[in-house]
Amino acid sequence: MDVLYGIPLIGLLFQLIAYLVQVLPLIAPIIVVLATPIALGAMCGFMNERSGVVNIGIEGMMLSAAFTGWVAAATMTALFPGQTPIAGFFGATPALVVGLLVAIATGMLVSVAHAWLSISVRADQIISGTIINIVAVGATGYLNILISGTAPPTAGSFRAWVPPKELMDLPYVGWLFDAFLNQGPIVLTMLVMAVVLQVLLFRSRWGLRTRAVGEHPKAAETVGVDVIRLRYRNVILGGIFAGLAGAWFTLEYGNSFQGGMTNGRGFIALAALIFGRWTPIGGLGAALLFTSSEAIGTAIRFQPPSGELAQLGDLLSGVPSQVFSALPYLVTIIVLAGVVGRSLPPAAVGKPYQRESVS
Amino acid sequence: MIQRLRDQLLIPALAVVMGLFVGAIVMIVTSPLIDGQFQLDLPLKAYGALIDGSVGSFNAIIQTLVEATPLVLAGLAVGLGFKAGLFNIGAQGQFLLGALGAALVGGWLAGASPWVAIPLALLAGVIAGAIYGFIPGALKAFTGAHEVVTTIMLNYIALYILAYLITGPLRDPFATFARTVDVGNAALPLLPETRNGHIGILLAAAAVPIVWWLLFRSTLGFQIRAVGANPDAARYAGMRPRALIILTMSVSGLLAGLAGAIQILGLTKHMPIGYASSIGFDAIAVALLGRSHPLGVLLAALLFGAMRAGSGLMQVRAGIPVQMIDVLQGVILFFLAADVILRWVFRVRARGTGIGQESTVTRSYGGQTSI
Amino acid sequence: MTEPQTSATAVVAPSLEMRGITKRYPGVVANDHIDLTVRPGEIHALLGENGAGKSTLMNILYGLAKPDEGEILLDGQQVDISGPTDAIRRGINMVHQHFMLIPVLTVAENILLGEEELRGRIFLDRRESRRRIRELGERFGFDIDPDEKVGRLSVGWQQRVEILKALYRDARILVLDEPTAVLTPQETEEIFAVLRRLAQDGHSIVFISHKLYEVMAIADRITVIRRGKVVGERLPSATDEDDLAELMVGREVQLTVDRGISHPGDVVLDVRGLEVRNDRGRTVVHGVDLQVRAGEILGIAGVAGNGQDELVEAITGLRRPATGSVTLAGEDVAGSSPRELHDRGIAFVPADRHRYGCILSWSIADNLVLNDYHNEPYSRGVVMDEQAMRERALEAIAQFDIRTPGPNVPMGTLSGGNQQKVVVARELDRDVRLLVLDQPTRGLDVGSVESIHRLTIAKRDSGTAVLLVSAELDEVLELSDRIAVMYRGRIVAVVDGRTAQRDEVGLLMATGGATTPTPTGGATPTPAGDAAR
Repeated sequence: MDVLYGIPLIGLLFQLIAYLVQVLPLIAPIIVVLATPIALGAMCGFMNERSGVVNIGIEGMMLSAAFTGWVAAATMTALFPGQTPIAGFFGATPALVVGLLVAIATGMLVSVAHAWLSISVRADQIISGTIINIVAVGATGYLNILISGTAPPTAGSFRAWVPPKELMDLPYVGWLFDAFLNQGPIVLTMLVMAVVLQVLLFRSRWGLRTRAVGEHPKAAETVGVDVIRLRYRNVILGGIFAGLAGAWFTLEYGNSFQGGMTNGRGFIALAALIFGRWTPIGGLGAALLFTSSEAIGTAIRFQPPSGELAQLGDLLSGVPSQVFSALPYLVTIIVLAGVVGRSLPPAAVGKPYQRESVS
Repeated sequence: MIQRLRDQLLIPALAVVMGLFVGAIVMIVTSPLIDGQFQLDLPLKAYGALIDGSVGSFNAIIQTLVEATPLVLAGLAVGLGFKAGLFNIGAQGQFLLGALGAALVGGWLAGASPWVAIPLALLAGVIAGAIYGFIPGALKAFTGAHEVVTTIMLNYIALYILAYLITGPLRDPFATFARTVDVGNAALPLLPETRNGHIGILLAAAAVPIVWWLLFRSTLGFQIRAVGANPDAARYAGMRPRALIILTMSVSGLLAGLAGAIQILGLTKHMPIGYASSIGFDAIAVALLGRSHPLGVLLAALLFGAMRAGSGLMQVRAGIPVQMIDVLQGVILFFLAADVILRWVFRVRARGTGIGQESTVTRSYGGQTSI
Repeated sequence: MTEPQTSATAVVAPSLEMRGITKRYPGVVANDHIDLTVRPGEIHALLGENGAGKSTLMNILYGLAKPDEGEILLDGQQVDISGPTDAIRRGINMVHQHFMLIPVLTVAENILLGEEELRGRIFLDRRESRRRIRELGERFGFDIDPDEKVGRLSVGWQQRVEILKALYRDARILVLDEPTAVLTPQETEEIFAVLRRLAQDGHSIVFISHKLYEVMAIADRITVIRRGKVVGERLPSATDEDDLAELMVGREVQLTVDRGISHPGDVVLDVRGLEVRNDRGRTVVHGVDLQVRAGEILGIAGVAGNGQDELVEAITGLRRPATGSVTLAGEDVAGSSPRELHDRGIAFVPADRHRYGCILSWSIADNLVLNDYHNEPYSRGVVMDEQAMRERALEAIAQFDIRTPGPNVPMGTLSGGNQQKVVVARELDRDVRLLVLDQPTRGLDVGSVESIHRLTIAKRDSGTAVLLVSAELDEVLELSDRIAVMYRGRIVAVVDGRTAQRDEVGLLMATGGATTPTPTGGATPTPAGDAAR
């Protein structure tokens, strides 16, 4: 091995692989956790854009849901103190479940507004998304300050499901079970839904019609698909994922709300959607890649490659950690520009559909 | 002429009225959270304070102008993009890089003569912003990458560039918190008799007629508007849509960069880490409410600037958090987009539409642009 | 599937009968009491020029438009077709001229869409649908891979997918709108074979076309419509192409403008060996030679879609020619930009005035200087002169009789005729060497047509070379000093505009000169060229 590491470039590559093998099991759980809101946001975008509606309001949808979910759960806790977690069920209390449902409902409600503006009013879909973002920042910030004096600060949060120890202790792959299964309900839902949506997209009637409407709504309409209804339904259902992502912030990963706490995750979700070529699994993969980039940047600072890997360590410690954080955005631009493998959006995305007038 | 002016102004004005009305309802509904009971007169109190705080005194008016200055410039930046059929969500990033450029050069020239330091610092900000606008413009012209996505990505890249430079090479070694050095003599002089009424206000005021002239009186503006209104006809008429897209995005970035430079040189005098701003979305709001017309942008920026200037007093007197301004801004935009509601409520049959003019922006989002 | 109609002697109700269909649009009667009867197992051709009313009639059948008068009967039962879905449910299927296919989906997915076979109520039963598609394909003689992406198929195969789509929905009446417009002769032959099989199987087929030889080759019966009216019904055995051409094109020529005598001078535009490809990379202009002299009008007659659009775009700089030379007053200008050509003295009135000719949201004054804004007096340096533009607008409004409240009114609020007058005013009111007019009077009222014709002749008399392209044969006959007939991308004949007979030119337009051209002959690309698009 020493010999290999000595060769420039190839040696560095091997050192990098060795380093990843070393640190990945340690950082994998947090990568999966942090990828969750991004992957869920990408699923929300997926539901919208595959049926032909641009959604840049994911950020605002998440933020609103994070806020209302938290308020609902905290209020429930205040009204009915002393709730006990349901045994063996992610440490869920009735308050947390209510909070989760309220968050999902919020995501759907905001999506109704987006659907109405973009499908019925035929307003510019990007402007509609922008409005959602502005209103969400303002409204949550405003209400948060108003209630900060009176509301109880927390309703607790969901806990991780602990998979059987034997599974996690398996050699070589045990850490994967730990990373993916030793997680809270929202993370697990996200993982399941990525697969389910992927299968539905390519195998179900709904998926076929959605793809058709996003590509060529007129062709779909001539064979009897109701374009308007399908778009409404998909946009509103997409809100569920934004709602779940919001709930992740205040009911699973954290247990309180701060203004603007989504901190651009909704926009990274958009990048993940594009990078993942408008598929749910692709979006999840992109989200994992994006958060890995950041996590590795952090790992390098706290546990730099050393010993045999010193050469790599010297190289990487010279790279500012911000480069790793900015990498996802840079890569998205490169992909969009078609420099390495173009990612093409659904052909009809962004175009309001107007039925042929029957005169 | 009067009729046209009325058509242009009616819908935005009604949107503002409806926005304030909805804002009032929100205040009343949430008033129990403020002091325990419903207060029907809370909106009056709040709006009264808002007016007092924004135009009630000389200082208040100056504060309104100070708040409106970056909104005018960034609003012009976004509005110029709209005129060319481009949606520049990247005003945020261009603003930040402009601010950084000004802080950098201003810091270097802190000891130089103001006559040298100020123009060069401003120039640095303007160039940095223009370059950051040029990138998405070139990407769109040559690869078809849609500017909405690329500018959003560039906004975040800008944040990391800033974080790296301010915590690293550009950090003021003597400061407790990560920040750049003070701009010293590059700071913008104040207008007489004011506390913070810097001359950036005049620059913003000058930018309005300049952009207006550029758009409506120069051959360049003629081409920019042609490309925005009908790219095919522009090509038929011998214009070069690609070059115009790149140029427009660069000029747009330039204006946003100037806004950033003025904020640093006029207000903070240095660039702190985590220099946060919501200017990107505020600028979109200003451009949309001002219908992308320089005069409209000026009016919209003054309105939002006044709200921001008065929001402090509103919080003190009526207990309404300053975030109310964001709510109002968003709700006004909502009614502008959903002008069907306005038409129904006010029984309007004016020709001018809410955001209809700009609503062709998204058309190129899917697939490749034909330029 | 419907039972094949076995007995031809029994009194069988027509599978489709349209009676007295009338459809009026503002200013035009698109369908004027049209009767159409299609029997089971019949291939019925609907023949007519562009704009004769064929599409309107089929849109009515497909439920996309409601007739003002008349009724539709299916198998003798009066029906009211509410929309495409309803039409499909009743067994009427349409293969649109612009395919309603989704390129990124597979053949099977395109066919299934809207008519999915399900497994467990959610999932597509792909095996069953594949089986059905294969079976249908075999039955009608084409073997198609259901899992191929439609975007990767050649146009001919895409058309077969469209037909399969209809068969999958148990179509009994199949309407094909100009199905051969995008096909090579070989593909056309293959599609014809498919259609014959379908007819044998008892399907009724309505075949919309303006190509005489195709209609003669495929149809069992032919209904000819002109200007919204049925002008004749023929059996192929009892007619010939001359007869059909005469019916289709008609005889009436309304001379309204005295064209006077032309005095041709030097050659201004000299085009040699020009080949031009369309957006799909297919060569659609083949080795065209033409010359236009100063002081003459050269008219290009031809049925729309024979390469005229691409020819004009190549001459005016909107499209780069593949090979060949374009010379303007002795200088080679092939591949020059629109701006260069404008500055060298070409004026161009484009066919699609909304797309190219003007900016609808802009004022008349702005539109009048759209391609001249950078020249004096409208601008000096980079400074536009608002006053000069306004004066120009007022002058043009008066001179060209543009009906408008004022020069600052947006173009979009004007009538089509007045919009075109603005475009014409912009292009005609300066000294140019060559004026290119592409469909200059399409969709205009009689008054506007006349004034544009007068202006064109005046321009010629002032010594300008004029190239006129029009799908309106009457217009070409009325104005041209010489007429070049374009057919399948070639100039097949040049005739004297004064002595040309309408039937003669009409027949050239419809057949390209050969009395019975074989579909495989003539100016068509190779199948390989098509597949490589």
